[in-house]
Amino acid sequence: MIQTTPFHPRTSEANQTGLWSHWAGYLSAEKYRMSDKFEYWAIRNSAGVIDTSPLYKYRIRGRDAERYLSGLLTRDIRKCRPGQAQYTVWCDDDGWVLEDGVILRLADDEFLLTTARANMAYFTGMAEGLSVEIEDASPQIGALAVQGPYARQILSQIAPEMADLAYFGVTPAKFGDASVTISRTGYTGDLGYEIWVDADDAVGVWDRLFDVAEPYGVIPAGQIALLVTRVEAGLILIDVDFKQARYAWNDDQRATPIELGMGWMIRDLAEDDRPFIGRKAIEKEIAGKTSRWRTVGVIADWQDWNRVYMDRGLVPEKDHSPNQGQFMLYDRDDCQIGWTPSFLYSPIMQRHIGIARVEPEHGRVGTKIQLEITIDHRYDMVAAEVTRLPFYNPPHKTA
Amino acid sequence: MPTKNEYDAIVIGGGHNGLINGAYLARAGLRTLILERRHLVGGAAITEELYPGFQFTTFSYALSLLRTEIIHELELPKHGFMPLQMPSTFAPTDDGDYLFLGKDKNENLHEIARHSPHDADAYLAYGHMMSQVVHAIKPLMDSIPPDITSKDPEERARMAAIGSYLADLPPKVLHDMVRLLTGSSADILEHYFETDIMQGWLASSGIIGSKVGPRSQGSGLVLLYHSFGEYDGSYGTWAFHKGGNGGFTQVLARAAEAYGAEIRLESPVEAVITKNGKATGVALEDGTEFSANVVVSALDPRRTFMQLVDPRELPADLVEDIRRYKFQGVSSKVNFALDANPSFPGLEGADHLRGFLNVGPSLDYLEQAFDDAKYGRFSSRPYIDGCIQSSIDPDMAPPGKAVMSCFVQYTPYELREGDWDTARDALGDTVQARLNEIFPGFNDLVLHREVVTPLDIERTVGLSEGNIFAGEFLAPQMFFFRPAPGWNQYRTPIEGYYQCGSGTHPGGCVMGSPGRFASWQILGDLEKAKA
Ligand SMILES: Cc1cc2nc3c(=O)[nH]c(=O)nc-3n(C[C@H](O)[C@H](O)[C@H](O)COP(=O)(O)OP(=O)(O)OC[C@H]3O[C@@H](n4cnc5c(N)ncnc54)[C@H](O)[C@@H]3O)c2cc1C
Repeated sequence: MIQTTPFHPRTSEANQTGLWSHWAGYLSAEKYRMSDKFEYWAIRNSAGVIDTSPLYKYRIRGRDAERYLSGLLTRDIRKCRPGQAQYTVWCDDDGWVLEDGVILRLADDEFLLTTARANMAYFTGMAEGLSVEIEDASPQIGALAVQGPYARQILSQIAPEMADLAYFGVTPAKFGDASVTISRTGYTGDLGYEIWVDADDAVGVWDRLFDVAEPYGVIPAGQIALLVTRVEAGLILIDVDFKQARYAWNDDQRATPIELGMGWMIRDLAEDDRPFIGRKAIEKEIAGKTSRWRTVGVIADWQDWNRVYMDRGLVPEKDHSPNQGQFMLYDRDDCQIGWTPSFLYSPIMQRHIGIARVEPEHGRVGTKIQLEITIDHRYDMVAAEVTRLPFYNPPHKTA
Repeated sequence: MPTKNEYDAIVIGGGHNGLINGAYLARAGLRTLILERRHLVGGAAITEELYPGFQFTTFSYALSLLRTEIIHELELPKHGFMPLQMPSTFAPTDDGDYLFLGKDKNENLHEIARHSPHDADAYLAYGHMMSQVVHAIKPLMDSIPPDITSKDPEERARMAAIGSYLADLPPKVLHDMVRLLTGSSADILEHYFETDIMQGWLASSGIIGSKVGPRSQGSGLVLLYHSFGEYDGSYGTWAFHKGGNGGFTQVLARAAEAYGAEIRLESPVEAVITKNGKATGVALEDGTEFSANVVVSALDPRRTFMQLVDPRELPADLVEDIRRYKFQGVSSKVNFALDANPSFPGLEGADHLRGFLNVGPSLDYLEQAFDDAKYGRFSSRPYIDGCIQSSIDPDMAPPGKAVMSCFVQYTPYELREGDWDTARDALGDTVQARLNEIFPGFNDLVLHREVVTPLDIERTVGLSEGNIFAGEFLAPQMFFFRPAPGWNQYRTPIEGYYQCGSGTHPGGCVMGSPGRFASWQILGDLEKAKA
């Protein structure tokens, strides 16, 4: 049976389209209104509210919680103080990425780790002999992301505690009668927060939020809008930009943190005395410079894009819907050098952009490459360029 | 070393075309000065807080025909370019019903079919026909037309190339194009549609800014022109810029400055200084002089040729052409600060208020509105193109309040009786009364009202006779002939003096092509002079 999230009584009222997708076994609105682009612009211009409850949420607590996590996670959790959150990844012994997720440190000995896929057996298996308790709290916690430049102004009217929250900060707050946790995190690359609430209080939190937010033009935003913003924000997505190493069939499907653009998480290995899973392999990768890929942005040349369409007598396509197919990338000699699995027309950049994986020697910013697209059942090459991620990075995201 | 008042290029007028032109010139490395008469740039595309907390798009309100090349070439996204989507059109009918179209094609077909199944299918056919014509004519709109008076072999060859381009088009597309360019929008729309509401709604685009009714020959051209919008890959759609069109022109100003252009506000230019038939600079009204070998007028043709320079220095033919060039503005704005969104009987929520409100329920309605104007009166039941911009951009009004822009026709510049200073309030009352019919209780919501007549447009922006496009969209004033035959390539008879306002090809609207094309011409001429 497909599950519904704690906000379902409200999301089902709000969804005028009847379009739902299945996200980790939960119903999740693809879009609430006929125009997902309008929802997208709400996020970029006002704020959008996204029900992210389908994420897995693991509560990890106990005397050894920090020790446990510092061995499990690739990024050093000891640097994440209570009241902070971290974006992190975890790897297997060979240094392949298992998954990525955000972890909130609620107290010295208490964490909430969000993941896209089920991890209970794996996590408990790694906890043997430690004084740590791991609980799958997924069904008990609703999560609501409030993302956009107006998010702070709106939320602080309800929960003044959060007004000063720093980027990736975490705070307990009262939301009307409900006790919630608010983190300054999100998947949109904008100013944004996530509200973590007991399932029983979820509907009340939604109502309180919209009472205040509606006059600002805030609307619920569905999956499509979210996925557009995440590409602009340069944030990778499981099963699109990478595959869980545990379920891969060959190493071609696997990737290391460095290959996925997470090298910054382990920049300080010299000063980091942790033993953690995959460390040896990662050290070997760094020393031997064996990384096979770099994760970069690609941006299509707009004139060339227009040219290939106009040559066919067509209106140049500018579709913001996330295309999760695989577009191949070539160097100027037509040799394949990588691919982009996340490609779309960005409404705010007004360009075709993609998160791509290319061979390291082609990963320098400014490298001229070619992008293969299909128009009317024929392949065409469009000039493109390697750029830095994220594509969209407004000052208010971190200010 | 150049002294303080010496530049390579001076642009007169900081409307969007002046800003775009100045940005391109600066990008090419010219020391560029943009002189704007008012305390803010933008011209007809500005946003002003005319009532505390409420941002008014005093004049133009929608980002309509902006060319996508300009977005890329001037790197506008770096400077805050944000084309928000207007997700709907709401067109009340005369009998309390409405046509409410959104962004889903099939949902729209059902909504149209509620009025007529015939028109639903016809809407697809009409849309495809329009898109094909737009696509076919686009290369002509997006390039500098040849000079038909020229004997230069290159110009002759370009004329011939247009001929063969047209001959290569599918005959049906060419025929539809001619229908649109020469015919009336009523003839075209009556062929496709049977309901008043579809005919009226679509015909509205054929009267905007123009002294024509839907049944006038020539309204087809206006209809076609307004279909050149190109929003994220689809023709005929318009956007709303964050912060209104003033938000957009601020983006342009930032882009121009980033390329090194200097913008000087409150600097009305009195005259272009010429020496031996060449432009050498400009003089401000206060006597300050700036020198440059390139001077560009971003004003309308009457001001460019009859005011900034001495017409006696110009060929008599050109002067005569400019004298007979038609302005005859017919458009006004009535803008409101509202205490809340207005409500339409039978509809809840705000979705139907998040786009354009079209008050033009039938061809007859529009034609009768035009009838008044023919005899020098403003329409007793006017056409209104409204939008409540606060419903898509929270920066436009305080939370829960609304700011509403209403574009109104017809309001002839020359009233037969009285003048606009005395008729202004009566116009405001007429528009407000009409809105109160559609949205009962509207009157009680009005916190503030701003009426902008053709005379106000002329006085404030400088657009002669309040014509919003710096000259009518009439066939003899377009393409080869805009603003005059022989002078349609942004040059003037005075060497170094150029024109880049909406009175040049392709024409008005927040489109930017005149500014962009003029920069090509200027930079090309400088290149040639160097060689
Ligand atoms: C009421 C109204 C509504 C409209 N609605 C829309 C719409 O929704 N969408 C759309 O696309 N188009 C719309 N238009 C048309 C569009 O706004 C104009 O065609 C366009 O803005 C003209 O731009 P421009 O740069 O050519 O000239 P202008 O905007 O007229 O700019 C000329 C500038 O020159 C300045 N100036 C004048 N004299 C001098 C001088 N002597 N010295 C220095 N500076 C001087 C003026 O102050 C002004 O800033 C509307 C126009 C009006 C008036």
